[in-house]
Amino acid sequence: MSAPILTKDPVVKDRRPRRPRAGAPHLPDGEFGKNLRRNITAHGFLIGAVLCFAFFSWYPIVREFLLAFQKTEDGNVSWVGWDNFVTVWNDPAFGQAWRNTLWFTVLALILGFVVPFVTALIINEFRHGQGYLRLLVYLPVMLPPTASVLLFKYLYDPGYGMFNEMLGVFGVPAQQWLQDPDTAMLSVVVASTWMNMGGATLIYLAALQGVPGELYEAAELDGAGLLRKVWHVTVPQTRLILLLMLLMQIIATMQVFIEPFLLTGGAGPEGSTTTVVYLIYQYAFNFNNYGAAAALGLLLLVLLAGFSAVYTRLNRAEQD
Amino acid sequence: MSTRTLISPAQLARPRGKALYWVCFALVVVLFTLAFLGPLYWMVSNGLKTTQEAVQTPPTWVPGSVHPENYQRAWEVMDLAKLLMNTLYYAFGALAFQLVLDVAAAYSLSKLRPVLGKMILGLMLATLMIPATVLVVPQYLTALDVPIVERNLLNSPWAIWLPSVTNAFNIFLLKRFFDSIPKELLDAASMDGAGPLRVLWSIVLPVSRPILGVVSIFAVVGVWKDFLWPMLVLPDPSKQTLAVGIYSLATSVPENVLIASLTIASLPTLILFLVFQRNIMSGLTAGGLKG
Repeated sequence: MSAPILTKDPVVKDRRPRRPRAGAPHLPDGEFGKNLRRNITAHGFLIGAVLCFAFFSWYPIVREFLLAFQKTEDGNVSWVGWDNFVTVWNDPAFGQAWRNTLWFTVLALILGFVVPFVTALIINEFRHGQGYLRLLVYLPVMLPPTASVLLFKYLYDPGYGMFNEMLGVFGVPAQQWLQDPDTAMLSVVVASTWMNMGGATLIYLAALQGVPGELYEAAELDGAGLLRKVWHVTVPQTRLILLLMLLMQIIATMQVFIEPFLLTGGAGPEGSTTTVVYLIYQYAFNFNNYGAAAALGLLLLVLLAGFSAVYTRLNRAEQD
Repeated sequence: MSTRTLISPAQLARPRGKALYWVCFALVVVLFTLAFLGPLYWMVSNGLKTTQEAVQTPPTWVPGSVHPENYQRAWEVMDLAKLLMNTLYYAFGALAFQLVLDVAAAYSLSKLRPVLGKMILGLMLATLMIPATVLVVPQYLTALDVPIVERNLLNSPWAIWLPSVTNAFNIFLLKRFFDSIPKELLDAASMDGAGPLRVLWSIVLPVSRPILGVVSIFAVVGVWKDFLWPMLVLPDPSKQTLAVGIYSLATSVPENVLIASLTIASLPTLILFLVFQRNIMSGLTAGGLKG
């Protein structure tokens, strides 16, 4: 806190008349008119995007909250309080969907978080062919997910699929993959990781380039081996990026839909790949129960809002 | 350009280190090629097999006989020309809408600074915190009956174009880039009597070419890759995108033809990527963390 200004500061005195107060007598008319015109122009530039946001983002957000407490029957909307939540809660698929989604998130974190980081570490070590390796890793990200997912569906086929053929080379017996409730989710996660790891890998690579080499030298003087260098230098140095990516991945994987939807028809064997978002989809578009879909969506939103808030705060810290 | 990484240069300079480096390098190159190009090779080659060979156990690594006509069959049977044209129409329409409306909004927020501008930007960025899939249901209901104007957008390209504008991340990227353009440059132009539109057109846009390129590529690729939203709002098969159309026809055509169509659907974005890979990759990392 600065002390109150006791001396007459010419700068402060100078600033006062410029404050654009409407109707203030010392304000020249031209100034006010100019300001108004500037604002009209500025809002004119904004209006298109604002209308799109109003219709397709802001209003749907409000509506999501309304829908969750409403019931629509034959076009009649009525308030039902927490009924939709009770319906959703009592659905036997509810628990399974959350367990599956959590399981998917855990698997996707083990695979989808570690694999890109290790990949980036490996690529970063090479003095040749980095461009080629980067290109390879990012290639699947550019494919339409429909194409990659259907492609994996064929690769997973127990009969003519390439996965069993390749594992057969190493003497591993044929697996049922997507048809087996035990391996279905894992198969979905492997496909998902292949499809999506490119972006994370490139971001890690950029972060690794910022790790000062002297730190590695210092660690070597202390006799640190490869793994210790990764653990004590690389990881702490890229900590913020790693944390941000972790949060982003949790947010993204909790919303998984297309992979189970296309690979196993959504539910999978014995419901082993039913996810929360698939359940939302089912309520809304198969059962026409928008209220239940919105209630379930709201639960997901509340859960993910926490992660989002942390992410936004950290991201802002990183940008500054 | 040798920056110091995990393994010390001294270790690498030794004969043993050198040998180990090249062995590892060869191994990684082979492994990565197999892992990332392998499925693509499988896709292209299975599109060339006969239906019988495509589903035989054990699978073949190299097609026994080559049938490029499968690609032609896929093109005709699945009406890929139509789907491709639809997708292009939606993608470039969305690009046009995003370029005009998002650039205008970002310019206004960055340089014209209207009353409540900060709040509007905040509200836009807040949408990034809402999980996208949660909004699909209310968004769908909005498209079904847009409030006030009371239009049904189902099966119309507007259902793709208008929501694509609500890309807060693009607006944020553009605004940050515009923020970095020196104020003096714009002031000099307005001193010469240029209006805001003129300043945007002749000064801001020319210097913003890199970021406009990145935003454009992501806009087109975004529409190309999207699945759930176009599946919901474009139920008419003749209006569908490639991604949705292929999915809805997947069970009615033989495997080899379907796989050939997957290749065709993947080609445009792959080519786009190979041509613009430098811009895409730099945009990805410059654009912060949103992959």
